[in-house]
Amino acid sequence: MKRGTTARGTTVFLKFIMATTGLVFIGYLLLHMYGNLMVFGGQEAFDNYAHHLRTFGEPMLPYGGLLWIVRIVLIASIIGHLYAALTLWNRAKGARTTKYAVKKAAAASLGSKTMRWGGVAILAFVIWHLIHFTIVKPAINAEFAANDIVASPYTMVVASFQLWWMVLLYVIAMLAVGLHLSHGIFSAQQTLGWTQSRASYVRAKAIGHAVALLIVVGFLLPPLAILFRIIGD
Amino acid sequence: MTTTTHEAEVAAAPREEGLMNLTLKIWRQNGPRDNGRLVTFKVKDISPDMSFLEMLDVLNEQLQAEGTEPIAFDSDCREGICGMCGLMISGEAHGPEKTTTCQLHMRSFKDGETITIEPWKADPFPVIKDLVVDRGSFDRIIQAGGFISANTGAAPKAEAILVPKENADRAFVAAECIGCGACVAACPNASGMLFMGAKITHLGELPQGQPERDARVVSMVNQHDAEGFGGCTNIGECSHACPKGIPQDVISTLNKDLRTALKRGR
Ligand code: SF4
Ligand code: FES
Repeated sequence: MKRGTTARGTTVFLKFIMATTGLVFIGYLLLHMYGNLMVFGGQEAFDNYAHHLRTFGEPMLPYGGLLWIVRIVLIASIIGHLYAALTLWNRAKGARTTKYAVKKAAAASLGSKTMRWGGVAILAFVIWHLIHFTIVKPAINAEFAANDIVASPYTMVVASFQLWWMVLLYVIAMLAVGLHLSHGIFSAQQTLGWTQSRASYVRAKAIGHAVALLIVVGFLLPPLAILFRIIGD
Repeated sequence: MTTTTHEAEVAAAPREEGLMNLTLKIWRQNGPRDNGRLVTFKVKDISPDMSFLEMLDVLNEQLQAEGTEPIAFDSDCREGICGMCGLMISGEAHGPEKTTTCQLHMRSFKDGETITIEPWKADPFPVIKDLVVDRGSFDRIIQAGGFISANTGAAPKAEAILVPKENADRAFVAAECIGCGACVAACPNASGMLFMGAKITHLGELPQGQPERDARVVSMVNQHDAEGFGGCTNIGECSHACPKGIPQDVISTLNKDLRTALKRGR
């Protein structure tokens, strides 16, 4: 067998990067979702929670320290996920330069077929989401004062999701995320070699669908509850 | 891509029950450098009991009779065991049944149907002519590590090394791969992972495969990538197209083996 070859830099290694960074995102999404659901506890509980995130670990960590650690891990993961995805995308294009005149997709799920462009759409949404709730915090809803929005995360969230079109935007984004995860969570398990039997393979698919559904529902409850004035009034 | 029509003349004969007339759109390509195009042919009175390759033989006889160059396609055993045949038939590798092209019968098609026939399309499988592709890249992947090293001499006793039943069964399922390339042809990424995973699982489940296990997966995956195959995105088209039903979990085993090799510093 050839000497001097290494596992690093192979397509399978790139998939390990996709899978591990993907699992980081899943972990983060579950925490983020848990935090969002605090909004059902009312203004004080939610604002306290948001404040606690920043004072967590003090004085061992500086103010906002935990958030910055999380952010750095997430940024590194995004870079890894994107780099691996684009490299593999490019390879796939080069691996079939003459297309079939007729080609049926017999086994591919909708999620698996939309991973690449869906991923691009999710990235665009994440950028908007950061502008919306973290970086700029624009006062989009005229019924709320800009000062109140900056002062209280709860007010910021309520002001945004009393607008039907904003909720619609987030619903579409979360469906895209759900589709991406329905294949991605399964795919990560397969890539990491956790599905070496028929049973574990079927289980990995089920876990993928269940976690994707949990995340979509968990993220959509607060915006929908605010839109329908169940909370926030 | 241009489509030209070519009508093969067939003598009118009294028609038996169940015979089919078909329109065939076949990929013609003069050589590796030619661009290739679909050309339309008609065949008449095809028996449902013919195999797909026999139907192409009938067409080729017609073409020869009228002085047109016959269509080049591959076959060898015509028993579904050698992996030589393999055509993309109306968008499905080896056609609509779970079998090889040589074992596919015309009863799977309907009278009057239009069938599109293309070669495997993947850059690591360059077209030699018409429907014939060069799958030397598969051979080079096997040469890179798809073997075990054994001392020559008298054959050891068969029961000298015991293999647990589950391992033997899984190795056997994986060993069924005939190297036809349908997995690559069907894969949207033109990835060779199912073929490679089958060999890695076959040898990895057996005691004889252990000494070279880490080196094998690293060498084979490197060769696979060097040949220009795409990466796997776990879509599953390959197993669906595979005439031998090689399951997806062999790819997971390949991934696990590479991860283990990585951990051990390869
Ligand atoms: S894995 Fe299946 S489809 Fe792929 S080469 Fe082997 S027999 Fe053919
Ligand atoms: S010709 Fe041997 S498998 Fe089809």
